[in-house]
Formats: sequence, C-alpha cells, structure tokens
Amino acid sequence: MKEAKRKKEAAGTFPDEVLERVVGMIKSHKDRSAASLVCKDWFNAERWSRARVFIGNCYSVSPEIVTRRFPNIRSVTLKGKPRFSDFNLVPPNWGADVHAWLAAFADKYPFLEELRLKRMTVSDESLEFLASYFPNFRAISLLSCDGFSTDGIAAIATHCKNLVELDIQENDVEDRSGSWLSCFPENFTSLEILNFANLNSEVNFDCLERLVSRCKSFKVLKVNKSINLEQLQKLISHAPQLVELGSGTFTQELTANQHSELENAFSNCKNLHTLSGLWEAKALYLPVLYPACTNLTFLNLSYAALGSGEFASLLVHCPRLRRLWVLDTVEDKGLEAVGSHCPLLEELRVFPYDPFDQEIIHGVTESGFLAVSYGCRRLHYVLFFCRQMTNAAVATIVKNCPDFTHFRLCIMDPGQPDYLTNEPMDEAFGAVVKTCTQLQRLAVSGLLTDLTFEYIGKYAKNLETLSVAFAGSSDWGMQCVLNGCPKLRKLEIRDCPFGNVALLSGLEKYESMRSLWMSACNVTMNGCRLLAREMPRLNVEVIKEEGSEDSQANKVYVYRSVAGPRRDAPPFVLTL
Amino acid sequence: MESGMAYEKDDLMINLKATELRLGLPGTEEETNEDHHQDQSSLSSSALKNRKRHSPEITREEKSDHDGEETAPPAKAQIVGWPPIRSYRKNSLQQMKKSEAAEISGMFVKVSMDGAPYLRKIDLRVYKNYPELLKALENMFKFTVGEYSEREGYKGSDYVPTYEDKDGDWMLVGDVPWDMFMSSCKRLRIMRESEARGLGWGV
Repeated sequence: MKEAKRKKEAAGTFPDEVLERVVGMIKSHKDRSAASLVCKDWFNAERWSRARVFIGNCYSVSPEIVTRRFPNIRSVTLKGKPRFSDFNLVPPNWGADVHAWLAAFADKYPFLEELRLKRMTVSDESLEFLASYFPNFRAISLLSCDGFSTDGIAAIATHCKNLVELDIQENDVEDRSGSWLSCFPENFTSLEILNFANLNSEVNFDCLERLVSRCKSFKVLKVNKSINLEQLQKLISHAPQLVELGSGTFTQELTANQHSELENAFSNCKNLHTLSGLWEAKALYLPVLYPACTNLTFLNLSYAALGSGEFASLLVHCPRLRRLWVLDTVEDKGLEAVGSHCPLLEELRVFPYDPFDQEIIHGVTESGFLAVSYGCRRLHYVLFFCRQMTNAAVATIVKNCPDFTHFRLCIMDPGQPDYLTNEPMDEAFGAVVKTCTQLQRLAVSGLLTDLTFEYIGKYAKNLETLSVAFAGSSDWGMQCVLNGCPKLRKLEIRDCPFGNVALLSGLEKYESMRSLWMSACNVTMNGCRLLAREMPRLNVEVIKEEGSEDSQANKVYVYRSVAGPRRDAPPFVLTL
Repeated sequence: MESGMAYEKDDLMINLKATELRLGLPGTEEETNEDHHQDQSSLSSSALKNRKRHSPEITREEKSDHDGEETAPPAKAQIVGWPPIRSYRKNSLQQMKKSEAAEISGMFVKVSMDGAPYLRKIDLRVYKNYPELLKALENMFKFTVGEYSEREGYKGSDYVPTYEDKDGDWMLVGDVPWDMFMSSCKRLRIMRESEARGLGWGV
C-alpha cells in the first residue's frame, strides 16, 4: 500500500488543495479557460478556485449553467444587448434583463460582492433585490443600461452597508430626484468610488460633503452638473487623496478669494491621474486646474466645448497624458497642440460637437489627425469623428504610428470618398491593416468597395472586432472577412449590400465568434432559416419591425450559445 | 458704418418692395455667367486657399442621385443611429447647446460662407437695415454682394446671401421687410453663386 502510494506521489499528482491554490492564482480569463481544458483535475481546480466570471453575451449561457460550474463566484460582469442598441437600432424591451441572473445568484452566490453590467436592462425591483439579498455586496457598475430610476439607486445606498463602489455611467436612467444620495446612513464610511455624473438632479450638498469627509478612503469622485465650483472646492479639500475626479459645472462667478481657494484645493491633489466632467468649462477657469495636471494621465474633455486656444494652454500642463477625449471644437489647431505637448499619448478620442449638422464646415480634419500622429508615436487607440479624410493622410498616420490596436474612424457623411482624389477610401484601410499588425478592433467608414474587405481578410490577422456601415459592393466583401480573419469575434454590419451568400459563407465561422449583427442589408428570412437549420448551436434571431416586408430579414443577430434559444424573447424577436 | 453711394439705390429699392411677399423661388431660370467663370482669378484669397473645401459640396451633389437623397443645401434626412453616438452623449450635447444659446442675450445667428473654414456669429440687433447687414457681411468674409433686384436677386457677385427661416426654408436675404427678416432669420449662409444657380435662382 505504502509503495503504491509513494509511486502515485512520485508520478506527480498534487493534492487537490495545492492544485487549487496554484490555479487560483491565475487571473486572466483566457488563461483560466485554457487551464480548465488540461484534464479533469485541472478543470475542477479551476472551477473551485474561480472568484470572477465575465460573460460577454448574457444569452450565450444560462444562470443555471454558470452557477453549476462555478460555485464560489464573488464578482460577475455581464454584457447584454448588441452594441448597435446604443444607437437606437434595437427596439425597447428586447431583453437582457438581469433579474433572472440575480435570482440565481441569490440562491447560489449569497456572498456576491461585485456586479458589473453593460447594456443590460435593470429594473428598480432588481436593484432593491440586489440591495436586500447580498449582505457582502460591495461594488456595482452600470454602463449603458436602462430600465431603472434613481429610486433603485436609493435602495442600494440605503441597504448596502459595505458598499465600496457605486458607478453610474451613461445609462438611460429615469432621474426622479437627487434624494438617493441622502440615503447613505450617517455611519456609513466604506465608499471609495462614487460616480453619479450621469444623473442631473440636484443632490443635497451637505450630505455629499459629509459623505466625502467621513469616507477616508475615497479614491474616485465624479459629481454631476448640479455641483458648482465653490462646492467642488469644498469636496476636494476633504479628499486631497483623490485619484480620479469628475468635476461639476466648471463655470461660476467667483470672487478672487474663492478663485485662489479653488486653485489651492487643486494644487493639493497630488495623486490625481484622471480628470473629467468640466461641463461648460470656460477659458477663464481652466487655469485653476493647472497645478493638478502634472501627473494627469487621462483627461476627458468630451463634455466641455473648448476652443483651440484654451485647450492648448491646458495641454501645456499635461505632459504625462496618455489618454485624451475631446470634442472637435478644439479643431485641427487643438490637435496640433496635442502633437506638440503630449508625447506619451496612447489613446485619442475626438467626438463631434455637431454630429447632425451637415453644413458646418468645421471640426477636425485629416490635418489634425496627422499632426497628432507626428507628435504622438505611441498612439495605439483612436476614435475619430470627422467630415473629410484622405487615403494619403491615413497611410501617413499609420506609418507614424504602426502600433494601432484600435482604429475607429468615422467619416460622418456615409459613403464619402477621399475628398481630394474623389476615390474610395479603400487604400486608407488597406494601409491600416497592412501596417498595424496588432490591430484588434477596426471601424470603417467613407466610400468603400469590396477591396477594403479583401485587404482586411488578407492582412488583419489579429482582428477581433469589426464595425461596418454603408460600405462594400457585394457579398464578396463580407466573404473575404469571414474567410480571412482567424481571430474575428464580433462583426457588426449595417446598411451594406451583403446578402444570403455572404451570410451563409460564415457557417463554420460563427461558432468561433461571439456574435454577428446585420441590419439593413440584403439578407432574407430564408437565408436565416437555412443558417439556423445548418447550425443548431447558433441562435439566429430576426428582429421584426412593423411595416417591413415579410421575406426580408432586416435585423439579424446571430450568436453562439450553450443555453439554447432564448426563453424570454419578446414577440418581435423571432428565433429561427 | 458708412453707407456708400452704392447702397442708397439698393436701400430705396428694398424699401419699395417692402410689403411684397414671395412665394417660391425668386428670379429667372436663365443663366449667362460666362463672365463669372472668367473671374476665377478674382476669387478672394480665402476662397482660393480653401479651394479644397469645395469638394465635399460637389461630391454630395454628384452623389445625390445614387444616394437617392435630396440635393437641396439644407440638411439631408437624418439616418437612424448615425453617426454612431450614444444617446446619453447626444442628449448632453443638446443640453450644452441650449445653455450656450440661453446665455447669449441678443439675436445671434450663425453665418456660414461656402468655402470658409469656420462659421461666424453676428448679432442681428446691431444692424438697422439690409444695407448695414450686407456691408458687415462683406467686411467679415471679404466678398461683395452684388446688386439686388426683386426680380433677379443679387447680380454681379460670386456670392449670394441666403438665410434659413423659422420654417426651415432657405430664403434670399432682402425679400421680406427687415423686421420680418429679423424675427424669422435662424441662420445665414453666403452661398456660392454657382450653387445658387444650380437651384434655379436668378443671379
């Protein structure tokens, strides 16, 4: 017996506890997935030791399957609706309701601590449920969600005694009042992250001030527009250790005394690396920020309509900037300043101030983008809204910055060619995929033929996410992408001439992808039925809209799932 | 502002027509503007420098057929979900512009000029009549407005002053009484004469 045991040990089997401990140290989801495939022991070690789960498509799996496999989850991230729902392409009441998940978690994960939701429907009842059934609950983050009001947030504030994080970002939330803030108990001190920039209602400032004073570990504070400069000064004086600050409205008639108090408050914030908010920021008040900008790595000015002058003056003080979000009111001159003053820049997002006004001839152009590329060689993430672009400019930009991982270019007039040569923008995106070998995410725009997609299929070997609108000439384009991009996970297409042949050419591909979205293309119901029949492990859903032809499949959403067809689909979602 | 000799006549003419309201496009269909083509060299320097900016306008017109959308200079039909901007951001932008507008007392309207890189804003209340307004625009954008006639609109210039009224229609500046203009003008656009011609406006 002893010999047999010694032999077994010599063969290298670990006791379960040790294996679990070791596998437990693996943080990355991908690595954990890989480890779980090694053998049954490793599969079990992984599932027992896992504390965080990320579910990129809430319908790809069911709460039952998740809770059965992973018994000890403390943190859940869930994403729901297709991304184009952000742009009103998905009708309301489509689904992705979190409640069924919460019910399952209350049963199996009563010690749940964190919940991060993106594009999910969350009702006030769900938030109340969350606040009541999870005594250890610490962190909630809601991004681009809908279905709840400030009453639900009040429930969280009232009942979650150990809350560390309350992050409400860019949601469609019904803002009934600011009274939720007054629901935090007076003896509550654990809060470290509070973001209520999304909400407009005025909060009780005294309550807020007391809250910030007594929570000694406050790291992130992002207030809403109702907070003025004088109030902001008081808040940051109580929390000079802040690492991220989102200001309120950045304009107010201040006395000289108030002005210098504000400046002092900012200069005491030595740890600030992220700054946002700055609604209605006026040139006059920006200088108070300067002393706080030295260590700034992320500056979000996308809600402040600054001109090039005051923007450039601000940038001089931000030499360590790595991420920058701005409005195109800063114009090319502002972008030149970026190129001059921010050599460490890695991410740039330029949003349009007048996205729907087509006669305006201002904003940013290819020259601004070029200027940034000459000065910021480490740039690897760009989101750029503009009204004109050239193939030559893009080719130069990627030559200057070959490390792009995320290239999202939005030429706002659909189907617009190179404005100098009048040619399609094929060569621009060709240059991007040929030069930027690490490209993971691409969004294309402008006048594009199938050639663009030939390039993408041929060169974009690391591409994971592709967004296409008003582009392509025929099925061939989409086929090139489906046949060519081995790492493709998410493909979203709107208003393109791709039909059934293209859709069906991806039969084997879709099981290796998270999802496919096609709207206003040339796909028919029959094409979708064929896909559904051939690939039983895919959910092929068609969103039927009133007034659309019966044979056309105007909005198609295809995704892999181990949970089978949806059981909560509304009448206008047909599962084929 | 001095009113030059050239304006007295216009002043009279415009006043005489003060009570006449227009329906439909003013002016004749016929165009004989070879003279204008020869004048390329006399284009203001700003227009020359910004020659490149003319292309988007042209392309849009050329594309209009294959887009199936209207070619009228005012905004084309908006496409659902385009440009791709989240509702939250869209709503915030709208609010920003509202408060920007509310701050301003006065009757500020935007003025755009075809070929110019950026827009200007003027306070209509500063001017008492059309000649003053036109003179100010001429100074601001360095062009000349030509001679106004009720029948033929503006003659003798590369540019035509137009405005968008409360109904969203594009009108020729000078047709309605000044007070009516002041209360109905939402924005101004100094249109290139070649484009105005394309719309059948007699210039």
